[in-house]
Amino acid sequence: MTYEFHWNVVFQKMPELLNGAFVTLHVSVLAMLLGIVIAILLAIAKMNNSKPFCYVATAWVETARNTPALFQIYMAYFGLGAFGIHLSPYVAVLSALVFINAGYLTETFRGGFQSIPSTQYSASKSLGMNSIQVYRYIILPQMLRRIYHPMTNQFVWSILMSSLGILVGMSELSGTTQRLQSLSFRTLEFFIVAAVMYFIITKLVLISSSLLSRKLFRGEI
Amino acid sequence: MNSLFTPLSWNDTGFILTGVMNTVTISVLAIVLGTVLGLIVGFIRAESNKLVNMLFGGLLDVLRSVPLIIQLVLFSTFVGAAGIPLDPFVAGSIVLSLYTMAFMSEVFRSGFESVPVSMQTAARSLGMNHWQTIYHIRLPIGLRAVFPSWLGVALSVIKDSALVSVIGYMELLRTSEQLISRTQQPLEILIGVGIFYFIISYPLSSYGRYVERKMAI
Amino acid sequence: MISIQNVHKSFGDLEVLKGVSLDVANGEVLSIIGGSGSGKSTLLYCINAIEAIHKGKIIVDDVDVHSKDTNKDKLRQKLGMVFQQWNSFPHLTVLENAALAPRIVKKMSKDEAIEIAKKELEHVGLGDKFDVYPTKMSGGQQQRLAIARALAMKPDYMLFDEVTSALDPELVGEVLDTLRLLADEGMTMICVTHEMGFARDVSDRVAYFHQGVIAEIGEAKQVITDPQNPLTQKFLSKVR
Repeated sequence: MTYEFHWNVVFQKMPELLNGAFVTLHVSVLAMLLGIVIAILLAIAKMNNSKPFCYVATAWVETARNTPALFQIYMAYFGLGAFGIHLSPYVAVLSALVFINAGYLTETFRGGFQSIPSTQYSASKSLGMNSIQVYRYIILPQMLRRIYHPMTNQFVWSILMSSLGILVGMSELSGTTQRLQSLSFRTLEFFIVAAVMYFIITKLVLISSSLLSRKLFRGEI
Repeated sequence: MNSLFTPLSWNDTGFILTGVMNTVTISVLAIVLGTVLGLIVGFIRAESNKLVNMLFGGLLDVLRSVPLIIQLVLFSTFVGAAGIPLDPFVAGSIVLSLYTMAFMSEVFRSGFESVPVSMQTAARSLGMNHWQTIYHIRLPIGLRAVFPSWLGVALSVIKDSALVSVIGYMELLRTSEQLISRTQQPLEILIGVGIFYFIISYPLSSYGRYVERKMAI
Repeated sequence: MISIQNVHKSFGDLEVLKGVSLDVANGEVLSIIGGSGSGKSTLLYCINAIEAIHKGKIIVDDVDVHSKDTNKDKLRQKLGMVFQQWNSFPHLTVLENAALAPRIVKKMSKDEAIEIAKKELEHVGLGDKFDVYPTKMSGGQQQRLAIARALAMKPDYMLFDEVTSALDPELVGEVLDTLRLLADEGMTMICVTHEMGFARDVSDRVAYFHQGVIAEIGEAKQVITDPQNPLTQKFLSKVR
């Protein structure tokens, strides 16, 4: 193999790469937060018996689960142009991730809610708790334990999938890597460093998530 | 008429179908290879000692924690730099299969470990030897238990195969991208692409959930 | 006093209570026996307003349980209930299980709630389990926790719905002993039960439910050992 590695070029650009990593985290966190809010609404709509809401929620969930993330990003970036809506790369990737996160989390929330036996509700009621207290102290805390790990996985997935920003010229970690390597032609070096950074980011997220869960949830279920 | 852009026509059918076929081909290949490799690795991990386990675990962890798109770019650049440039289809198949293996091996490992020891003891008490126990008891029971998860991974591979377009493989999404730049009709083309993925994925994912529900009872 | 007056209750087309009338005086222990589907558990749920009724009235201390104007959450504070499945709260320790309702429903201070919870847990013999999570305990211990949790609300009445039916045989005794203890202390209790020995020895009166009506009610020893109604005789000969 005749390829010679030149790492200096990469290290000189480290601030830019770190900035890209920051944008990656930024878009993933935002996509997660917005996804959670929408998923709560969709889950309520799906469990509700009112037909129109239920249909909208089901259509959303199934589209998000059964089409590729890249398709969602293209839809947001190119497809919406047909309606005169032109999104920036950042907003396009963000909205695609929010769309998919919301779809997957809806099922997570619904499953978590339905996994709490209804007897927990009647037992709490028999102690004189009102409905708000039952949810606040009994149902939601138990639900949170059950959806915590799927939510962590969804967050990691968002971080990895935000790398698709490379394809629409977004300046997150992958896009930044792409731009820098095209200026220097040190493709391997730049992408190896990017790979390591992704690995570190996901590991840090997983470790802090498990530390947090130990602090939040003392009991086992 | 603008001479630069020509609208979508029936003449494009062949082009689109090639994209469809390429998506199906690389997905099926990656699912088959990923399943076989994942089965082997999953079994080794369920059987072996801590050290081997950690070694495999670390490697698989990297495959699961680095975005697929980065893996694709890295691999095709690497083989190029090493002087053995690969066709995008071959490079894409290798990366996608290994990526699939990383997830499949976890699925199968949990399946093997879910088979209760008591069942294996029962099999041994009937006079089966180690390999007979594996073949007749652990494999069938373990595999049945993980079918829904296996289907879930397979479906995500079909969707992730769209990413192989970055190294130049003409799968469905790249085909449509080229059509979009020629016709300037992004919405129609993309909706068509979306429907294609949906038609493949939706029945399978519904079936997976159905099986999961049935097994839960 | 709990007064049940001509109560009817249906699930869809199925009428499970067909006009039940019954008074339980303060300090009395009443056991309800009967086959499955006889409506005995449903009656407990109706007394606690967890299930609605379709006809008749249930009065607890001059309060009409099913009236629209009744604050049911407030009413349930004086009616403790223990279920067949113990329904402990798995995310809370034993102590937190028992202290939660006094704190958030009765708005006690944390210290006060914990003090009461500790007292009731010791009462049922769980004094050494405060910081354990319920899923780590046996069914019998979890059922005693459920009793302590209900007692911590200082209820005037206790409703027991087949509290030993889901337990392994060797764990039934410890729970029955706890019920016996409460009966001796003068608690007003309605126990739906399959334990005929318990019904005979501990309760003042026994009611036999058959297909949604009370087929026989009377002094405990008499109903169990010398039933007058042929239906009761048939039932008792089968469960023995």
